[in-house]
Amino acid sequence: MRRLVLPCLALAVVGFAMSCVDAALLRERHAGRIEANHVLAKRLGLTDIALFTEARYTRHPSQADLHAPFQDHPLALEHFPTGSLIAPPRHIARHEYLDRTTARAN
Amino acid sequence: MNIWIEQQRALIDFTLAALARRKARNLGLLAVYTLLVFVLASVALFSHALRHEATRVLADAPEIVLQRLVAGRHDLIPPGYLEKIGHIRGVQHVEGRLWGYYYDPVIKANYTFMAPGAGGIERGTIVIGAALERVRGLALDTGISFRAYSGKLYSFVVADILPHDSELVSADLVLMHEDDFRAFFAFPAGHYTDIALAVANPQEVRNIAAKLADALPDSRPILREEMLRTYASIFAWREGIVLAILSGAILAFGILAWDKAAGLSAEEKREIGILKAIGWETGDVIRMKLWEGVLISLTAFLGGYLAAYLHVFYADSMLFEPVLKGWAVLYPRFQLAPEIDGLAVATLFFFTVVPYTAAVLVPIWRAATTDPDAVMRS
Amino acid sequence: MLMIELIDVRKAFNQGKHNEFWALDGINLGIEAHRVTALCGPSGSGKTTLLTLIGCLARPTSGRARFKGEDISGLPERFLTQLRRRSFGFVFQQFNLIRGLSAEENVMLPAAPSGLPQQVVRARAAMLLDRLRLAHRRTARVEWLSGGEQQRVAIARALINDPEVLIADEPTANLDTTLAREFLAILESFAGEGRTVILSSHDPLVIQSAAVHRVIDMRDGRIVAA
Repeated sequence: MRRLVLPCLALAVVGFAMSCVDAALLRERHAGRIEANHVLAKRLGLTDIALFTEARYTRHPSQADLHAPFQDHPLALEHFPTGSLIAPPRHIARHEYLDRTTARAN
Repeated sequence: MNIWIEQQRALIDFTLAALARRKARNLGLLAVYTLLVFVLASVALFSHALRHEATRVLADAPEIVLQRLVAGRHDLIPPGYLEKIGHIRGVQHVEGRLWGYYYDPVIKANYTFMAPGAGGIERGTIVIGAALERVRGLALDTGISFRAYSGKLYSFVVADILPHDSELVSADLVLMHEDDFRAFFAFPAGHYTDIALAVANPQEVRNIAAKLADALPDSRPILREEMLRTYASIFAWREGIVLAILSGAILAFGILAWDKAAGLSAEEKREIGILKAIGWETGDVIRMKLWEGVLISLTAFLGGYLAAYLHVFYADSMLFEPVLKGWAVLYPRFQLAPEIDGLAVATLFFFTVVPYTAAVLVPIWRAATTDPDAVMRS
Repeated sequence: MLMIELIDVRKAFNQGKHNEFWALDGINLGIEAHRVTALCGPSGSGKTTLLTLIGCLARPTSGRARFKGEDISGLPERFLTQLRRRSFGFVFQQFNLIRGLSAEENVMLPAAPSGLPQQVVRARAAMLLDRLRLAHRRTARVEWLSGGEQQRVAIARALINDPEVLIADEPTANLDTTLAREFLAILESFAGEGRTVILSSHDPLVIQSAAVHRVIDMRDGRIVAA
């Protein structure tokens, strides 16, 4: 049985190489689907993917308002499980208008 | 060259025979190691492919989305805002958007209701995402009723179902006519959820956003680049759950390596002495141990990576589904295209093979250089 | 022809420290080829140390050693190991077989660094085990073998590289009379086919055996009356 170890390892190396080839082939096949989704998203003006349908700030993370993800306190435990999987987008922490007017005033 | 190959084969033979002496233990070690690589590789492959798909599909999201904030929370866009924006130079197209969330008590799921600006949906009909078809058992020309907050029941007929392989972006969508939307949500006339803007020159987007903020101080413009950045960093290695998994994996790797490097037993030292006494050079002993480290870690890497590849791209990352689903009722069925981050794979390979092999070599260094006559005298 | 020559050889352990110990104290010795030579003496007389020096397992602290006329005491580590592997075969008193491996695998071990094809080495090992009447135990794990069987595996291992010199340290210490006589017969046949055999023993059976051509008495690191 020990004689099989090296051939199996060689097989695994071949498998690895094959996975790279397979990846390229699969990408070709998915290209059409991705393009169609791209067109659909553009037509409907979509801004987010529908991966987390639990709560509104996980459903549309890029559109989240400041309040929703940090409902009680920035370090508070998440109410929804998927909220702890993704970080809130960084742009909600700023308010550009106020930042600029304050900078101008100073 | 042939001699070298035969030499290595003989060394490998001995290594395997030595490992086979404690078959259960070594197979267990290999299994744990492979599992570790599997988890890490799955997370890495999934994250990278998802990031790529999301940024690709959302590449033509509106250049600017304008929201109105009242006391820190979203509020509706009142009448008059659209007109104010129209005067700003560089804005190609302005559109008030109507969309919102609906909680369906029948299956306790959340839907995204939307009235697309381009229209194309008749009154009394809806176009639904594929997950709704699955979960509510809907089909073309079937009817469904939703209860509004007013208590009134509104009925719709399914006119069309969005493509199944677009579930990642459209799974929970319910598209309807604008008048139906306003009636259902008792949406005040002339108000909108938010405003989507098209800007001709991408270089101008920041300036226009600044002008918008000046013109409408209670509004918040979100730029397309900010939206895409949300998805460019989703599941990045410094974020949340991925960081937790990575830390756990590093700890596990560290423990495995530390156990190996902690030193040789008396029996192992004796055996190395015997090998030297019967004619193995120091270099032969070290090469033999090197093979042990390489064989185990390489097997773990290849096995873990291949399993991860199949898991993510052929089995739809099904082991991640319970984690990603959370409390949601709707979960999109989607296949990802294999966009592979070569650097991540190479890094994983490096950290799988090198530290373990080094840890195997370290304790035998001294033993391998001892005098062979010690064995004679013991 | 002198196979091995030792000229004023001394060997010390823990040199320079408080427990410095001179195991060999001025050995002058010539070992003839194709003969069975026995080193005889009480424990502590330096027999084992002398064997290690003869067999290139260690270097003398002072003095010179020659193998087939060539000086080996100054050889670098690598060459000494290669020489040892090619020309010397060892049978240790404790056998020193690798546990968990089969008899065949143990016999093949010294040939691993030589780069010979596995089939060739395996065939040679099978032939050696067969000659020592162990063919039926070829694939058995060595820890399951009896003492006599283990010793024969150790002998086969010592011969896998077809060495000119066979060295055995107290070979009959763990054997009963029958097995000891058997062993001496094997040694005789080795000498007959052109090998040089050197062994150490304080077993009268060995010293008085007809198979042994020459006995060298040792005491306190010196040779007593050659």
